[in-house]
Amino acid sequence: MQTPLLQVRNLSTKFQMGNEIWTIVDQINFDLYKGKTLAVVGESGCGKSMTALTLMGMLPQPPALQPTGTILYKEQNLLHLSEKEMRKIRGSNIAMIFQDPMSSLNPVFTIGDQLVEVAELHLNLFGDEAWQCAENALKAVGIANASQKLSAYPHQLSGGIKQRVMIAMALMCEPEILIADEPTTALDVTIQAQVLELFKTLQQERDLAILLITHDMGVVAEMAHEVMVMYTAQAIEKAQVKDLFDYPAHPYTLGLFQSLPSINNRKGPLLPIKGQVPSFRHIPSGCRFHPRCPFAMEKCRSGQVENFIINNQQNHTAKCWLHDQTEESLQKLPNLRLEP
Amino acid sequence: MSTPILEVKGLKKYFPIYNGIFRHQTGAVLAVDGIDFSIPQGKVLGMVGESGCGKSTAARAAIRLIEPTEGSIHFMGRSLLDMNSKELKALRKDIQMVFQDPYASLNPRKTIFESIGEALLYHGIVSNRDEQYEHVTAVLHKVGLSSDTINRYPHEFSGGQQQRICIGRAIALKPKLIVCDEAVSALDVSIQAQILNLLMDLKESLNLSYLFISHNLAVIRHIADEVVVLYAGKIVESQETEKLFENPQHTYTKALLASVPQLR
Repeated sequence: MQTPLLQVRNLSTKFQMGNEIWTIVDQINFDLYKGKTLAVVGESGCGKSMTALTLMGMLPQPPALQPTGTILYKEQNLLHLSEKEMRKIRGSNIAMIFQDPMSSLNPVFTIGDQLVEVAELHLNLFGDEAWQCAENALKAVGIANASQKLSAYPHQLSGGIKQRVMIAMALMCEPEILIADEPTTALDVTIQAQVLELFKTLQQERDLAILLITHDMGVVAEMAHEVMVMYTAQAIEKAQVKDLFDYPAHPYTLGLFQSLPSINNRKGPLLPIKGQVPSFRHIPSGCRFHPRCPFAMEKCRSGQVENFIINNQQNHTAKCWLHDQTEESLQKLPNLRLEP
Repeated sequence: MSTPILEVKGLKKYFPIYNGIFRHQTGAVLAVDGIDFSIPQGKVLGMVGESGCGKSTAARAAIRLIEPTEGSIHFMGRSLLDMNSKELKALRKDIQMVFQDPYASLNPRKTIFESIGEALLYHGIVSNRDEQYEHVTAVLHKVGLSSDTINRYPHEFSGGQQQRICIGRAIALKPKLIVCDEAVSALDVSIQAQILNLLMDLKESLNLSYLFISHNLAVIRHIADEVVVLYAGKIVESQETEKLFENPQHTYTKALLASVPQLR
C-alpha cells in the first residue's frame, strides 16, 4: 500500500453568522496519493469548495472559524502553521485552480507579468530567467507561440486558453498536489475535453496528486480514481470510481445518477430527487437525506448514521442505514439499483 | 402537412463594427449568417453549439426580439417581419421566453404575483384583480409551487423554484411557442431533472412547442425531437434527434459528440 501524500482526518469547518454557528464541512476524511485523482462530487452548496479552501488555508475569516481536525502533509498539520509558513506551501507545494479563469486573472496585467510574479516569489528567478520560465510553463500546457502570448492581456485570450494559463501558473513551481475547483465548468465541451486531456498528461508526467471538485459525473468517470460524494457538508459515500458507478450505495448518489439525461439513449421521464437541498439553517436530524429519501426508515430520522462498508470492499463506504444488514434494510436493499 | 409554428428562412444578423475618428463602419460581426429552420406544431427543436456560435442571437432574431438584418420569419403562417409594432405586441403573448439565469430575469422588487400577473392584465386575459389572483394561483399550481408563495419575493426562493416561476410566467399567457435559452444550464442535476420533466409535462398538457437552446448534448437528446447544430453563425447539420446522435454526418458534430465525457 502506497503512503498517502496528504492525509485529512476529521476535518470540520464552521461559519459564524451573527449568533448562529453553521458547520459547513463536517468530519471529512480522505487521502491523496501520488499520481491519483480524488474527485469530490455534490450539488452547489454542499461544501465542496469550502473543503478545498480549508485545505489551502484560504477560508474567508470571518465568517469562518478556525477549522478543526488534521491535514497531515509532510508530517506537519497544515492547520497549525502560521500564515507565513503556509504562504510558502501554498502555490509551491499545493496549488489551486479556480472555476472562472476570467475572474482569477488580473485584467490590468499581461499574462507574462502574472506568471513572472510567481517565478519571482516562489522560485527566486529574476529577469530573463523568469521570463524563460514563464514561457516554458505556457509551452508545457500546449499553448502555441507562447512568447507572444506572454504580452497578451487576459481579455485578449479565449476561455480555454485562459484556463490553460491558470493551469500553467499553478504548475510552475512543480507542486505535488493540485486542487482543481470546477476547472472545466465554464468551458465548452470541446475545450473541456482538451483541458481534461491536458490534466491527464500532466499528471502522468509529474506524478501529480489531484483533488478534482466537480458536479459533472461524466468528468468524474473520465478523470478520477477515487470519488467522494458530499451532501450538506458531509461525505456520504466514498469509493473507487468503478465501484461507485457499478453500485451507487447511497440513495443520494443513486438519485444523482438517475437525474442525469443520457447521451447514449433516450429514456422516459427522468427520476429526479424529490424536494431540494436543505439550507444550513434547517439541517434535518438523523440522516440529513431522509426527508428526500425514497427508502427512509424509522431509524433514519434521528441519531448519527454510521459509515458502512459496502460489498466487503474496504475502500467503499456509505453513510446509510440501508447497509446495516438488519431484516428491514435487507428487504429494501434490492430496490437500490441503477436501472440500466 | 400542417403549417409549422415557426418557419425561418435565410435569417441573418450582422452587428456592425465602427472604427476611426468618424466612427464609420469598417466591417460586421456575422453573428447569424443565413440559417433556415422550422418548428412543427407540438415539437421541440433543439439548438446546440459552443458559446459564441450565435445560438442566442439566432433565437432572439427568429422571434424578432432583435431586428434581423435579412431573412423571412413566419409564425403560424404570418410574416413576423411585416408586422407593425402594435401587431407584434399582440403577438408577443403567443411567444414566450425562459432565460438561463432565473434570478437575473425576475424583478427583485416585484412579488411573484406581480411578476406573473403583470402580463395577464396587459394582454387583457384578466380584467380585475380577483381574476388575476385566481389565474396566477392556477399557474403556480401547474409549475408545482404552492399558492401561499404568491406574495413572496424572488430572493426567498431557491434557484430551481425561481426557474419554475420563470416558466410559470411564460405559460401564464397560454403561449404556443416557448423559447428556452439555456433554461436548465444554471441548475444542479437533480433540479435540472425536475425542470426537464416539468417542461415535458407542460408540453403534453398545453400542446406547446419549444425552441430549446442548450450546450448540453445529453439534455438536447432527452428533450428535442429535431436538432440543429450551429457553428460560427451557420447551421452545419440539421437532423432528427435519434439520427443525429446515432449517425452524425458533419465533422463538427462528430467532434462535439466525441468530446462529451462518457459515464462508462
